[in-house]
Amino acid sequence: MTTPPLLRVGCAAGFSGDRTDAAGPVVDALIAAGGPAVLIFETLAERTLALAQLARRHDPAGGFEPLLDELLRPVLARCLEAGVKIVSNFGAANPAGAARRILDIARELGTRAPRVAVVEGDDLSGAGQQSLWHHAADGLTVVSANAYLGAEPIADALRAGAEIVVCGRVADPSLTVGPALAHYGWARDDWDRLARATMAGHLLECGAQVSGGYYADPGVKDVPGLATLGYPIAEIDADGHCTITKPAGTGGRIDVHTVKEQLLYEVHDPRAYLTPDVVADIGAAEVSEVGPDRVRLTGVSGHARPDTLKVNVCHETGWLAEGEISYAGTRAEARARLAAQILRERLQGLGPLRADLIGVTSVFGDDAGRWLGDQRPGDARDVRLRVALRHADKASAERLPREVTALYTCGPAGGGGVRTALRARLGTVSCQVPRERVPAAFRFVTEASA
Amino acid sequence: MSSATIVPLHRLAHGRTGDKGNRSNISVIAWRPEFWPLLVAQVTEAAVARQFAHRKPGAVTRHLLPKLQAMNVVIDDVLDGGVNDSLNLDSHGKALSYLLLELPIEVPADLAGLLVGPG
Repeated sequence: MTTPPLLRVGCAAGFSGDRTDAAGPVVDALIAAGGPAVLIFETLAERTLALAQLARRHDPAGGFEPLLDELLRPVLARCLEAGVKIVSNFGAANPAGAARRILDIARELGTRAPRVAVVEGDDLSGAGQQSLWHHAADGLTVVSANAYLGAEPIADALRAGAEIVVCGRVADPSLTVGPALAHYGWARDDWDRLARATMAGHLLECGAQVSGGYYADPGVKDVPGLATLGYPIAEIDADGHCTITKPAGTGGRIDVHTVKEQLLYEVHDPRAYLTPDVVADIGAAEVSEVGPDRVRLTGVSGHARPDTLKVNVCHETGWLAEGEISYAGTRAEARARLAAQILRERLQGLGPLRADLIGVTSVFGDDAGRWLGDQRPGDARDVRLRVALRHADKASAERLPREVTALYTCGPAGGGGVRTALRARLGTVSCQVPRERVPAAFRFVTEASA
Repeated sequence: MSSATIVPLHRLAHGRTGDKGNRSNISVIAWRPEFWPLLVAQVTEAAVARQFAHRKPGAVTRHLLPKLQAMNVVIDDVLDGGVNDSLNLDSHGKALSYLLLELPIEVPADLAGLLVGPG
């Protein structure tokens, strides 16, 4: 039996809000390499899906990644022509809607119609499935409920001939495991190989965070070309081991240190990294530089996947009110502290008010103000007071922006630059549901079926 | 006879913060193999808990990865409820790696020449 050629998976987005011009160099590099290749976009954070569900309520044709056009249009024709498959969760709350939009884009570009599959089954908000998670969301105003699906329906769609696979909620690494599973034909209980591909997907899923993004610290951790960062490509071999690299001529850096930071990012127990596909173990993982901007990951092993899938339920949690005002020059810090004291008196009874002195301390501190209270008042000369509170009731929350604005005439001398914001907040609760109760599957979407 | 010097952790290691709910994880990655034993000895769960005392952390769990010369520090209940509930500008706690990297570390004189960055 001959070994299939090396699979390359490139990632051109690590979250909704990432740069939208990353795909071009990644696709160029995948095409230049010549072998089987897949382009992924990861655009679906926990809350992104709830926001998409709200968008779909307003517009039944919406609810998918709002920047879909910007992400796909520059590379769609080249990917179709060269046979680079595309896999993404940019379907969000409406994968079929995204699929129809992709068919529209292809028509507008004058390319042939791609074979687009959608993966469905993650959305558990329908009446028939609420009982699966209702115990975890008792009394909450629920916005969305989605299970984290795994790689299998993605692999099934690719094996059936899909050129583009549009998902909603799937585990981020599964965007990479799906193509590897389809390409190499691993057994679905080949835990070591699935775990290795999972960690390749983990390294890719935040885009440039493995290739020099979110790493730079001038003079100590220097990264060239941050304005033209190259997004990562994983070369995944038949055993699932991977080498992480990036397109030639792009900015950024890939070395053992950038890879270690991303390998442990949002991991808890490194010996039990849970996904729907496998429990990955990086306790004996090793990384080594095998060339310029090339790092190989080995030593990953795997254990049997969990019997349950994680479900995230997003719900409304009231309002977040924020306000800011600046003080500069002599006794600026004292005037900012006085403004905070005035706001505490005016907003008494509304619940805890957080106050930060931007330019003194604003981030390391805790909501209760223990940190700020421990700092001796200083003499900072350029200070921006920032206050925040949450409230279940919108009218009550609105009092904060009004009181911050009123500091213009009632507050300390010389305050300027008031900005305020009032936002609805979403919360998340999680639970586990039996895997067999979540019937995930793919289907093709054509213009006729749309 | 050599004497020890006390420097912030960032002279020996780098790291990145991640968050899930009200739990933060911070990687601490040795800049050089020579520093790894110092990290194991001094970046203890108790030392981390002290560094974050103002945030009233729950459990602190340290996972050692000797082959990577890195540890993953998991700090429970340290994010004022997490990204959906915290009033912090940085509700993810993304800046917290830089708080941990200020932890004082005692370094023997024979390793002082290897320290990273300006003192």
